[in-house]
Amino acid sequence: MKLLTHMKPWMWWAVGGAIAVFAALLPLINLSIPGILPGPTYTPGTLQLLALALLFSSLALSYHLLFGVGGMLSFGHALYFALGAYGLGIVLKTTQLSLVPAMGLTVAAVICIAYLLGALSLRVTGISFAMVTLAFAQAGNVLVRRNPQITGGDEGLQLETQNVPDFLLGVLNTRNLYWVALALLIIVFIVVALFEHSRAGHVVTATRENELRVRVIGIRPFMVKLVTFSIASVLAALVGMVHLLLQSGVTARASSADFTLTILVIVVLGGVGSRWGAVVGAIVYTLLDQRLTALASSDAIAGLPAILRIPLSEPLFILGTLFILVVLFLPGGIAGAVQRMDKGGVRRNPAKETSSEIARDKIEEVT
Amino acid sequence: MTAPILRVEGLGARIAGQQVVESVTFEVPARGVTALLGRNGVGKTSTLKGILGLIERWGAVEFNGERIDNLATHRIIQSGIGYVPEDREVFASLSVAENMRLAERNGGPNRELVDELFPELLARAGQLAGTLSGGQQQMVSLARALVNDNTLLLIDEPTKGLAPLIVLDVTTALGRAAEAVPILLVEQNLQVVRALADTVVVLESGLVVFTGPANEFLDNEELTTELLGVHLTDVGATGDNA
Amino acid sequence: MSTIVLLIITGLGLGALYFLVASGLSLIYGLMGVLNFAHGSFLTLGAFAGLEIARRMDGASWITLFASLVVGAVVGAVVAAATEFFLIRRLYNRHIEQVLVTVGLALATVALFDGIWGTDPTYVTGPAWFSETTEILGAKVPNDRFVLIIAAVLVLLGIVLFLKFTRFGLIIRAGVENRSMVTALGIDVRKAFTVVFAIGGAAAGLGGVLASHYFGYVSPQLGGSLLIFAFIVTVIGGLGSLAGAAIASALVAVLQQFANYYLGGTGDLTVVLLLAAVLLIRPTGLLGSKA
Ligand SMILES: Nc1ncnc2c1ncn2[C@@H]1O[C@H](COP(=O)(O)OP(=O)(O)O)[C@@H](O)[C@H]1O
Ligand SMILES: [Mg+2]
Repeated sequence: MKLLTHMKPWMWWAVGGAIAVFAALLPLINLSIPGILPGPTYTPGTLQLLALALLFSSLALSYHLLFGVGGMLSFGHALYFALGAYGLGIVLKTTQLSLVPAMGLTVAAVICIAYLLGALSLRVTGISFAMVTLAFAQAGNVLVRRNPQITGGDEGLQLETQNVPDFLLGVLNTRNLYWVALALLIIVFIVVALFEHSRAGHVVTATRENELRVRVIGIRPFMVKLVTFSIASVLAALVGMVHLLLQSGVTARASSADFTLTILVIVVLGGVGSRWGAVVGAIVYTLLDQRLTALASSDAIAGLPAILRIPLSEPLFILGTLFILVVLFLPGGIAGAVQRMDKGGVRRNPAKETSSEIARDKIEEVT
Repeated sequence: MTAPILRVEGLGARIAGQQVVESVTFEVPARGVTALLGRNGVGKTSTLKGILGLIERWGAVEFNGERIDNLATHRIIQSGIGYVPEDREVFASLSVAENMRLAERNGGPNRELVDELFPELLARAGQLAGTLSGGQQQMVSLARALVNDNTLLLIDEPTKGLAPLIVLDVTTALGRAAEAVPILLVEQNLQVVRALADTVVVLESGLVVFTGPANEFLDNEELTTELLGVHLTDVGATGDNA
Repeated sequence: MSTIVLLIITGLGLGALYFLVASGLSLIYGLMGVLNFAHGSFLTLGAFAGLEIARRMDGASWITLFASLVVGAVVGAVVAAATEFFLIRRLYNRHIEQVLVTVGLALATVALFDGIWGTDPTYVTGPAWFSETTEILGAKVPNDRFVLIIAAVLVLLGIVLFLKFTRFGLIIRAGVENRSMVTALGIDVRKAFTVVFAIGGAAAGLGGVLASHYFGYVSPQLGGSLLIFAFIVTVIGGLGSLAGAAIASALVAVLQQFANYYLGGTGDLTVVLLLAAVLLIRPTGLLGSKA
């Protein structure tokens, strides 16, 4: 069976569109999936969880742009998510701007910061880049925790609701926030896809594969990497803003290194280099995390002997172990596994090969 | 005619996802020097690295009658192959003595031969290899291979970038070594090839295009011009453009 | 004057901790090209192992301290070597995946430590002498700082001697320079991988026990918070350079102390600014050759 291989691009978009329509209808129907969802799909609790999964999908897509497409292994991506959330939160608290202008102001600030820090971090590559982005994100985390009068410190920042439209507030309006999250995911998906198929996207992909080659044909990889970095950062900030609305606040954890690692785990789980993988990885991760947390506090676990109880009552332990197993035994993550099943399990990671080859051809075409 | 020491069949290789050797097939006789020739960038170095498993490779490589194409590099070397890489690759931050100590297997049985061939290295044992001249570095690199009891040497452009006098020294040393061990030699300097090689194997775009006695090839101007892009008249038997 | 002396010595004490983490990171990166995110967990585990020993013995005696240092180092070494052997080695030469595995291990182990020892700090007491002070140039310096500095110097010396005078040391030095040529001389360089992990793990485990005395407590986050500074130190010092790591550790920690004291607790930010400055002026770090 080679169903997926033979699907044309428009078919993928058609399937994606159908899934999006279905997702948009979820709050209006009564669908229960026991064991996976905490309740029927129209209930606020379930919608909240699903909205969170959608936001993580968007965030994972922005990281996919950075790492999967651009080959930039950042350990500080959470910083831009946090900038979006805290930025919007602080603007709403300290100014009289209404929601949309406040978001605009925050985005402008994020662009400047991302451009500046990106330009600095991209002076180094590879592992040094990873460490430097981590250091900057850590500085952000320190700033958040050391300035409680502005950010709420470790307690977190409450959403100032005065200038937020009513339909985005309160438990009963969770479904509106769910739709906002869904719309954001669709937008981010399209932006990322368009970027990947643009000339800049081809250049950055080729840079990932072989920087020397790109230099040889006279393109400066630095600029196109910086643009990619900035776009990914702004997308992350947008997700942070909607997250602020959904959770009615933000905590210091959003800017922590752990949170970046969570995004990385999601992208690798879904499959590095695959847009669908990032989305599916985020949904799987969010639901799994929620289920494992529920499991951790269940009676079944409490009754076990310590050697089983302790590891099983730590969701992050299970997720971390799962992640290690995926890296060791499932190259290409979920997307890779699906592809291998579809092709009958012959070649390893064919997607990566072809995408880079296409990119290489495109580069030669344009130059 | 004895069995060849090395048999390469359908060897291909890849560097950073890019195929650099198509499919190479040749044999190295158990005696004398076999020269691997071809224009720059044709894949000679990559062929040697492929044989040693230093880069991703496929195809069959048989050494001493045993398949070695699925062994790790250090196992291949331990089975009795000495490797002198292109551009020497001495450890610059290590002393000459340390470079040698790293290379010696079973106590370095041929130390006397090495000391005899390269007396200069003895005097410079404590010096950092990175501070040596190019010729001295080449001696270290050769000494690292010659110090062990090998049954085959793979030597990649040992005279590259060396002064004429040093080229002569290196050629002499290679001639001495070849008395005891068969050598697969990559060499651009056709005088050196003429002085040492019995057989030549010529590569073109990742494939073998000529195999035969060295003299037959070197004396055929048409062939050398076509395959190597050199005019033999330029490199007359006693020319000084080495 | 006395404040300056106190800040310098306290900074050097903290720098000693950074170095105990950074030395392993640097060696591992230099030889294998792997950024080890799990290094903080080796430190935390060493600290908890030392704590468990101290609980079972007389907590305030010198023998207990010594025993906990040894146990911390041994546990760190064994766990690190096992990490290399069972996880990293399977992904030979796939650096990104190797980093990812250490990320997963860091996440999983911190969660596990949470489960076993709880998320709250566990307080540690050492020999009484530790909490006393010694007067140097008018500054009353807590004694544990001296132990930290001496330990770091001994570790540095030990690693240097090991690299200089043992066969593994020779292989490691050569491998840092050109790993594939080491294999092309018939040497199984992977054995050296396990060795550098063990050395790095031992230094980190030792650092864990010392850190628990410096800060007065152990928590599952202990290693992670030091690790970030150790990363900064390795970049500033130059990736893969042991001497660079030593110099940068001292520099970063002393600067941090001064900024904390004179610039209103901005030590962490100052360090990041220093990192930015180094990247602007010299992206390879103080003593690094490869970026
Ligand atoms: N590190 C590398 N990355 C990509 N291509 C390489 C690399 N090294 C060599 N090549 C390519 O492989 C081909 C063969 O190179 P090589 O084996 O060194 O040739 P030769 O030794 O015959 O001059 C060349 O076209 C060269 O450009
Ligand atoms: Mg060559």
